[in-house]
Amino acid sequence: MPDSATAQGLRNEPLLVVEGLKTHFKLPLGMVKAVDGVDLTVDRGRTIGIVGESGSGKTVLARTIMRLNLGANVFTEGSVRYAGVDLLDVPNKKMREYWGAEMSMVFQDPMTSLNPVVRIGRQITEHLRHHLGLSKEEAKETALALLKEVRIPEAEARLSAYPHQLSGGMRQRVCIAIAIACGPRLLFADEPTTALDVTVQHQIMNVLAREQRERDMGMVLVTHDLGVVAGRTDDIAVMYAGKIVERASTKALFDDVKHPYTEALLRSIPRTSHLSHTRLAAIVGRPPDLINPPAGCSFSPRCAYAQDICFSEEPVLQEASPNHEFSCHFPVGSEPNREAFEKNVAKAMPQAVSIRRHEESLAQLGGEI
Amino acid sequence: MAGTGTAHLRDGDDILLRVEGLTVEFPAPGGNRVKAVSGISFDIKKGETLGLVGESGCGKSTTGRAIIQLPPPTAGSVQLNGDELTDLKGDSLRLRRTDIQMIFQDPISSLNPRRKIGKVVAEPLDVWGPASKEEKRAITDKLLEAVGIDPDLARDKRPHEFSGGQCQRISIARALVLDPSMLICDEPVSSLDVSVQAQILNLLGDLKVDYDLTLVFIAHDLAVVKNISDRVAVMYLGKMCEVAESNEMYSNPAHPYTSLLLGSVPEPDPDNEIDLEIVEEGDLPSPINPPSGCRFRTRCPRADEQCSAEEPQMVQIASDHFVACHHPLIEPQPMEVSLAND
Ligand SMILES: Nc1ncnc2c1ncn2[C@@H]1O[C@H](COP(=O)(O)OP(=O)(O)OP(=O)(O)O)[C@@H](O)[C@H]1O
Ligand SMILES: Nc1ncnc2c1ncn2[C@@H]1O[C@H](COP(=O)(O)OP(=O)(O)O)[C@@H](O)[C@H]1O
Ligand code: SF4
Ligand code: SF4
Ligand SMILES: [Mg+2]
Ligand SMILES: [Mg+2]
Repeated sequence: MPDSATAQGLRNEPLLVVEGLKTHFKLPLGMVKAVDGVDLTVDRGRTIGIVGESGSGKTVLARTIMRLNLGANVFTEGSVRYAGVDLLDVPNKKMREYWGAEMSMVFQDPMTSLNPVVRIGRQITEHLRHHLGLSKEEAKETALALLKEVRIPEAEARLSAYPHQLSGGMRQRVCIAIAIACGPRLLFADEPTTALDVTVQHQIMNVLAREQRERDMGMVLVTHDLGVVAGRTDDIAVMYAGKIVERASTKALFDDVKHPYTEALLRSIPRTSHLSHTRLAAIVGRPPDLINPPAGCSFSPRCAYAQDICFSEEPVLQEASPNHEFSCHFPVGSEPNREAFEKNVAKAMPQAVSIRRHEESLAQLGGEI
Repeated sequence: MAGTGTAHLRDGDDILLRVEGLTVEFPAPGGNRVKAVSGISFDIKKGETLGLVGESGCGKSTTGRAIIQLPPPTAGSVQLNGDELTDLKGDSLRLRRTDIQMIFQDPISSLNPRRKIGKVVAEPLDVWGPASKEEKRAITDKLLEAVGIDPDLARDKRPHEFSGGQCQRISIARALVLDPSMLICDEPVSSLDVSVQAQILNLLGDLKVDYDLTLVFIAHDLAVVKNISDRVAVMYLGKMCEVAESNEMYSNPAHPYTSLLLGSVPEPDPDNEIDLEIVEEGDLPSPINPPSGCRFRTRCPRADEQCSAEEPQMVQIASDHFVACHHPLIEPQPMEVSLAND
């Protein structure tokens, strides 16, 4: 463990405090502002969801915090305090002491972290021996215990399997086993179940939840699907175009959505409680160009409530209640929001019409069953 | 061979596709055979959308491909508008097949990366369409517009210049240029973000009406399948478990497997109780050597001796609701009333 992290009178400080974090990539066409001023706190033993569409900056954010390689054209600003140390100041070489032992990551595609030509057992034991200095026998024993812990059936036999001999779900379990092997205090899971069947997704999320609880880790779950994090996180941060646009406890976020983007993400999910053929409230268009983001609010070209001010003035984060922040000129649920919506429907703005059609379809079909 | 039965098949002139006893086998190592699909039957009415759900490897894609005879099934019958497709060969099969088009999960890699979008979409017309360049161009442009892509901006670009959602729109346009009566969609939204997924689902719903389409919609996401389908069929290990009108299936699941699938759907509701105990991957048996009797019995909480001895047959339990299970979760309703209404 890095000495600076052990030297802590830091009991009261959160595990991770990210402030004003920016990660920009220099391209011939200009600067890609992938992460553009993010504040984030993760407490010990808590699970945070980071939610947003593809390209919103979730992966870059997670990789920046973990100091994983992002290429030579990257510019980073702000601070990432982990147990009192600003990781952005830690030399590359010294980061190895953090990876695995302090923080680790489970990726969407298990094959990105598994070596296809090395047996599962050896991949885990090498990791254990390298990081914890275990003997061969100790490492093998620990590897076996880890495979059992992530509920891999016939664990002993699987030690000699190659990754391609396992199903996608089993491979992801192996990745989780490796990620937790050295007892990290912070675990990132970047879309860990996106490529998997619903049944396997459910099991894998449960395995993660169990490990998080039993090991009292801080966990950051990255996903594009609010359904996946709904019952599994303490807090949720919604990300759009490199910024966090809403952040709240999971309960508050679902009970009292403030940001139109959060609402739009929620409404675009088909639900089994809605009747068949309910018109979905799709979000029109695509996330913005991060080299030349739109003026004003970055969601304005797609927002059903956008008014003139949204296209010129960027909204700042404001508090809805303690521990619930959002940035929007016309927050969901407010009177100005309702007026803005009716104006946009009257103008036949496609994004407003899409929501109206969803509402009408719900009403016509008899709503929830 | 013990089949899962055909009680759920319907009569009438409005049946567009009727599949009976469909079996698809592939050679496997050691001289074995993988029974990817084992004697399934289903039908689809004109203008209907049939959802096909089940876990990875249960035979959904194989079923979809067997409909268009790619490859032709090992056994069984596939009738399109009364014509037996398994009897057709060569050009007559290729011509008939233009009436059924398929779109796939990975939109970007399913489009030829070296060709420009205009050409990609027009390609099916090169063989079967009008001869004149102008006519081809008119058809292509109209379809690109119908799927929400500006033909003037897209025509000379290549697939990698588009997002996954845009590529899926382009593959839908391409699938429609020959004016098919049936579209088979194999996991068309599984690799897309929720927001783009909703756009594509709405688009498919609109196109179905505008172009008079009959759809087969294959997916493992039950909420997605419910949204788009009129009727849903649940598959497990090459067999049919349950067939019902969508709303009926989701309010009254009768097969233990359907119920397991429904319990795994991540609901966007923090108050929804998540069963945290489910952590094991119920060992998925191999389709080379499937369990005797009911194939689901190794994972089924209700399994008993009858389940390993006898294969359950499809029986009707409600008006448009059929299940193949010895111990279904709901009791069959008296059928006189619903039959009298038919
Ligand atoms: N060409 C082939 N050769 C051998 N086995 C095959 C072949 N195609 C499919 N299979 C096997 O047939 C079974 C059904 O495959 P299929 O691709 O239809 O499943 P699926 O439900 O579409 O699953 P997925 O969601 O993974 O695509 C699987 O066990 C698969 O491994
Ligand atoms: N190495 C890189 N060079 C240039 N742009 C990049 C690089 N990595 C990511 N980006 C851009 O940063 C944005 C956010 O990417 P990412 O974090 O991967 O999104 P998400 O994980 O939310 O899907 C995207 O516009 C992406 O194209
Ligand atoms: S209402 Fe205005 S400020 Fe709020 S999200 Fe929409 S465009 Fe942005
Ligand atoms: S037949 Fe038996 S094993 Fe199969 S689903 Fe029904 S109860 Fe379960
Ligand atoms: Mg990502
Ligand atoms: Mg498939």
